[in-house]
Amino acid sequence: MTDRALSVVRAGALTTVQDLGRPGHAHLGVPRSGALDGPAHRLANRLVGNPASAATLETTLTGCAVRLRGAATAAVTGAPCPVTVDGRPVPWGAPVHVPAGAVLEAGPATHGVRSYLAFAGGVGPEPVLGSRATDLLSGLGPDPLADGAGLPLGSPCGPPPAADVVPCAGPAAELVLPFLPGPRDAWFTAEGLRTLTDGRFRVSAASNRIGLRTEGPPLERARDGELPSEGMPLGALQVPPNGLPVLFLHDHPTTGGYPVAGVVPERFLAAAAQAAPGTPVRFVRLGRRPGAVAHPG
Amino acid sequence: MTPDRTPDGTETAVRGAGRPSPTVLPVGEHGLLIELARAEDAEALHAELLRRAADGRLPAVREIVPAARTVFLDGLADPGALAVELPGWHLPPPAAGDRAAVEIPVHYDGPDLADVAALWGVSADEVVRRHSATAFRVAFCGFAPGFGYLTGLPEHLHVPRRENPRTRVPVGSVGLAGPYTGVYPRSSPGGWQLIGRTEAVLWDPRREPAALLAPGTPVRFVPQDAPVPAPRTTACEESAR
Repeated sequence: MTDRALSVVRAGALTTVQDLGRPGHAHLGVPRSGALDGPAHRLANRLVGNPASAATLETTLTGCAVRLRGAATAAVTGAPCPVTVDGRPVPWGAPVHVPAGAVLEAGPATHGVRSYLAFAGGVGPEPVLGSRATDLLSGLGPDPLADGAGLPLGSPCGPPPAADVVPCAGPAAELVLPFLPGPRDAWFTAEGLRTLTDGRFRVSAASNRIGLRTEGPPLERARDGELPSEGMPLGALQVPPNGLPVLFLHDHPTTGGYPVAGVVPERFLAAAAQAAPGTPVRFVRLGRRPGAVAHPG
Repeated sequence: MTPDRTPDGTETAVRGAGRPSPTVLPVGEHGLLIELARAEDAEALHAELLRRAADGRLPAVREIVPAARTVFLDGLADPGALAVELPGWHLPPPAAGDRAAVEIPVHYDGPDLADVAALWGVSADEVVRRHSATAFRVAFCGFAPGFGYLTGLPEHLHVPRRENPRTRVPVGSVGLAGPYTGVYPRSSPGGWQLIGRTEAVLWDPRREPAALLAPGTPVRFVPQDAPVPAPRTTACEESAR
């Protein structure tokens, strides 16, 4: 039996296997999925000498603990949290050596939401459609971690990583979400669009990997009803009938019939992945370069 | 307002002599939503996009997602250039009969068969005859991996969704809603009118291709006489949450 494996000691509130997801299948109804905080996922991999495509563990608020069958280099990034090996404190945001049989624990997030645990060689369940990511909308990929479950690890593919330490950002006082208007901003009144940029919103506790839900003033619609189903982008600000924008994250449905008032570019989504329920949200309208998308005539 | 909108928020689109030009809407930094007047125009544009992608005449794109009246393109390096060029494309109508239809065996014994017969004003047997005589095509996919929205029923046979959606629709259920027919690839909640069941596996991520139905696939339903056994639990269903 290989010693490239881990067993789950404490699964935490929700811990899933994540990588860069499975883009290119939206036309079949398959969400992109993948790590919600892409930069944190990539950094964790870099610290242990993995390519960005290697799978990591993504925790939610309460962290998780795993026992490694064989010795491995590991790193924890994303939401800052106390990290221990067999109960002894080790650095967050740095490669750490975990001896065979030892337990690596990422504790509850001190701020932020999602921590990433990378292991040299990557977490290695069988890929589905080219990705090991757990997709909570469609059920593709491995199940979320459960206490006592096991997961294989891949073989380290690079030289031992150089020593590297990551600065730890403080908690964000508010979540700023820049967006480009459209494609369906015409479904809202001018007043409704002003509500989006001027209103006081907060991250709702009903948020998940599918979408960051908000609480705040509802956006006034210029038209009733639903659109015929249309393709939905990552970062869509979709507005259901209750008028409260939902920011589509990586497990979002690929089509939908509620109007999208704006789209948050992907580079701003990592901050959304780390915004805890109750965090104030401010939507900032970005200017579109003139003529970037021009109509004939 | 974005530069591509008139002040009252309506989109400006040039209307040619024949079919109206598509309306191109920006989606974020790298996407375009192309809206067409009719469902068949959206199918024609989708077919043209796939032809151009196959011939290397389409810029690199991550997703091409057809839907009811639209095609969504994402991951374009320069969406503006394509937005200018695209409304001038000639779109041949989707070709019928150029591909063999996927045949889906169906036991027409669904719980809503009588309701659909009443809505159509015909007998249950006539529902089976008309439905299985229809040449369907997958207009688009969504809702769940492997779920295709199939068009082909004439407008007078369109039916509303059920007033009370079911909390659990069995895997393989064949249902009708609006202009569409669909087959549930796994057990899920659903509000479509169920007229039958199939044992065909619509979605298997270990199979290549994983989806039995992809946008553009022609489909026929073939009535089966023998009673269908209880639905099997699929891997998809076990992992459904």
